[in-house]
Amino acid sequence: MSQRPVTCQKTDCTAPSCAPDCAPSAPASGLVQLRRDGGTSRRSLLQAAAGTVAAAVAAPACNTPEFEAYFQKHYKKLTDEDKVKVFARLEERTRQKTGVRVRIGDPPPIEGVHFAYALNLSHCNGNRRCAEACARENNLPDEPEMRYIRVLELDNGSQHLERGTVYYDRDKVPAPGKFYLPVQCHQCDNAPCVKACPTGATWKENDGIVVVDYDWCIGCRYCQAACPYHARRFNWVEPKIEPSRINPHQAYLSNRIRQVGVVEKCTFCLQRTRRGMYPACYEVCPTGARKFGDLSDPESEVRQIVENKRVWILKEDIGTEPRFFYFYG
Amino acid sequence: MVSYLQYWLRMVRCALSGGRAYYTWMATLLVFIALGGWFWAHDLTHGLGGTNMSDHVSWGIGIANFVYFVGVAAGAAVLVVPAYAFHREDIKEIVLLGELLAVVAVTMCLLFITTDLGRPERMWHLFPIIGFLNVPSSLLGWDVLVFMGYLAMNLHIPGYLLWSRYKGKKPTPLAYLPFVFLSMFWAVSIHTVTAFLLSGLGSRPFWNTPILAPRFLISAGASAPALLIFLFTAIKKYGGLPVKDSVFDYFSKVLRVTMPINLFLLGCEVFQEFYTGALHSASAHYLYFGLHGKGMLSVFIWTAILFNITATAIFLVPKLRTQRWLMFVGCGLAVVGIWIEKGMGLIFPGFIPSPLGEVVEYAPNVGEIIVCLGVVALGAFVYTAMAKITIAIQRGTLRQHPEPEAQAPEAPAPAAPATEPTEA
Repeated sequence: MSQRPVTCQKTDCTAPSCAPDCAPSAPASGLVQLRRDGGTSRRSLLQAAAGTVAAAVAAPACNTPEFEAYFQKHYKKLTDEDKVKVFARLEERTRQKTGVRVRIGDPPPIEGVHFAYALNLSHCNGNRRCAEACARENNLPDEPEMRYIRVLELDNGSQHLERGTVYYDRDKVPAPGKFYLPVQCHQCDNAPCVKACPTGATWKENDGIVVVDYDWCIGCRYCQAACPYHARRFNWVEPKIEPSRINPHQAYLSNRIRQVGVVEKCTFCLQRTRRGMYPACYEVCPTGARKFGDLSDPESEVRQIVENKRVWILKEDIGTEPRFFYFYG
Repeated sequence: MVSYLQYWLRMVRCALSGGRAYYTWMATLLVFIALGGWFWAHDLTHGLGGTNMSDHVSWGIGIANFVYFVGVAAGAAVLVVPAYAFHREDIKEIVLLGELLAVVAVTMCLLFITTDLGRPERMWHLFPIIGFLNVPSSLLGWDVLVFMGYLAMNLHIPGYLLWSRYKGKKPTPLAYLPFVFLSMFWAVSIHTVTAFLLSGLGSRPFWNTPILAPRFLISAGASAPALLIFLFTAIKKYGGLPVKDSVFDYFSKVLRVTMPINLFLLGCEVFQEFYTGALHSASAHYLYFGLHGKGMLSVFIWTAILFNITATAIFLVPKLRTQRWLMFVGCGLAVVGIWIEKGMGLIFPGFIPSPLGEVVEYAPNVGEIIVCLGVVALGAFVYTAMAKITIAIQRGTLRQHPEPEAQAPEAPAPAAPATEPTEA
């Protein structure tokens, strides 16, 4: 057992240092209002409907932030000047909505680096701290709860996913006779989601990470249907996060605050990993089951594991060629 | 130019005038359109969280209806092929109404997609040049292309022919016939691309079958004639267009071929799923018998099978199908049966269990059903208006230079597709 000492349970980026200086704005009424609002008069209903449609279609007056946001180009077509403006607008939007001053960056892929993940199933005990650390780092909403990492509890001796469950009691792990299989985006080299997207709003970067331009996604959810790892999440409602829990260190293609109606996913914490840090799930893992690094560096831990351990990948038959390896070590 | 504007004005006037029954029918549809619009407006402001869809079952009734109405759109070929390739005069008299049905069905398909999008206002991202259409890689991108093409063709052909007739000129064959023949193949393409959209996904073994495209085409060939029988019965009764009995015989013949093949293909699928017994047949197990104590869809698929078998029996046995009312019953059963097969029998179970083995069930809620009804009502509304104008032009009551004794505004317009397959 080469267990890594638990040095840090909190990722160093998550401290919401600048959150408290503005009071959080009161959240809008109930999360999803029920549709059958009884007492409203027909006229007011129709007026509201007309207003909504107008707001959705025509409202952006020229030169307002809404207008610019509506006609924002695809990430790959943005110039550096465009990016400055776009990021500033997004930061301002977050400040107005939550009172938190955030910083949105755009770290590029590091030349020659190809990220990969390896997960030691002998060590994973299903404590699910990875999923929680991920949620904090990547600004995932708690209500309704959204998590990129799903941990399956499976019976020893079987990889029959249907017989497993994700709804186990994490205070009682590891349960006897069980093993745990964490699944997140596998950053496939032959990614079905990228092939499926009709607008090219999701693509694979040079370092192997599959990203989403949340401002280009139209929310058709074809990528969700295409993903064999259930790795993609859709914002069914406006995501809401406690302002005090917002991670202000954000990147455009990863953990910035998302909008309603778009798809998102794990990005191997590119806001961290492209700056030389480890992903949040890696750092928090108390068992040392998670290994992460540069596959093209012969000395890296993941490369050593992939070369020397008997690694396997999930659903190899589908031909997705994941950058996420499992092994028993 | 002026005469073209006048043509449009006259068409609008024709669509706006009618008897009491016509106004009642159109007003009823307007109510449903308004209701659907109201519920969609709610989705626009609050997101799709008001629906019963989830990250597990991320497509619901909207996409199911989309797939069904692609079949209706492609089914127009059932009229176009005999009319133009085999020169059947009786069908040529009504073929324009079939092409317009394709226009309406495609429009409805686009609306089912639009109302299902998380960000419909960003649709412009799909347009080439200003946006980015991810072809050839994305099948959804291909769907956008083939739909636009099919829509354009089916607008052009009847549009041109009606304009010619209105002007009293003989249409130039070169101006429309090439498109007619192209549209026959194109009709196959829209349903094939839609099938590929699903069957191309390795993540969903339930859809990942080469039989899907043929199944779609055959079921379209079964549900479209069944619908058309209702449609032309209504047009004959209320629209005042003499539809010949031979047309109905033809539909009945088509049904006698397509319905048994549809059942056969379903049987092939069932055999492969259950005899192989691989883990990949989990969705089929869920659909037919339930899985891990959950089996909401079983009752629907068995109903669909029962309906389709009964309908097939009615169509095949001469004694039964010659009874008019039984024929209608058969058509109704076929329409509903195939609609269930596409939605509850195909789209929903494709997501159950999820790729990680979770069984999360789905049934549409009131809001989703009303949005879908709104789209169907809009389709019926537009089709009624278009059919009324078409009949007026074809019968010569709407002409650029009317004959001295023009007929009085005629009886109420045809009823729209008699089935509203959304309430299930």
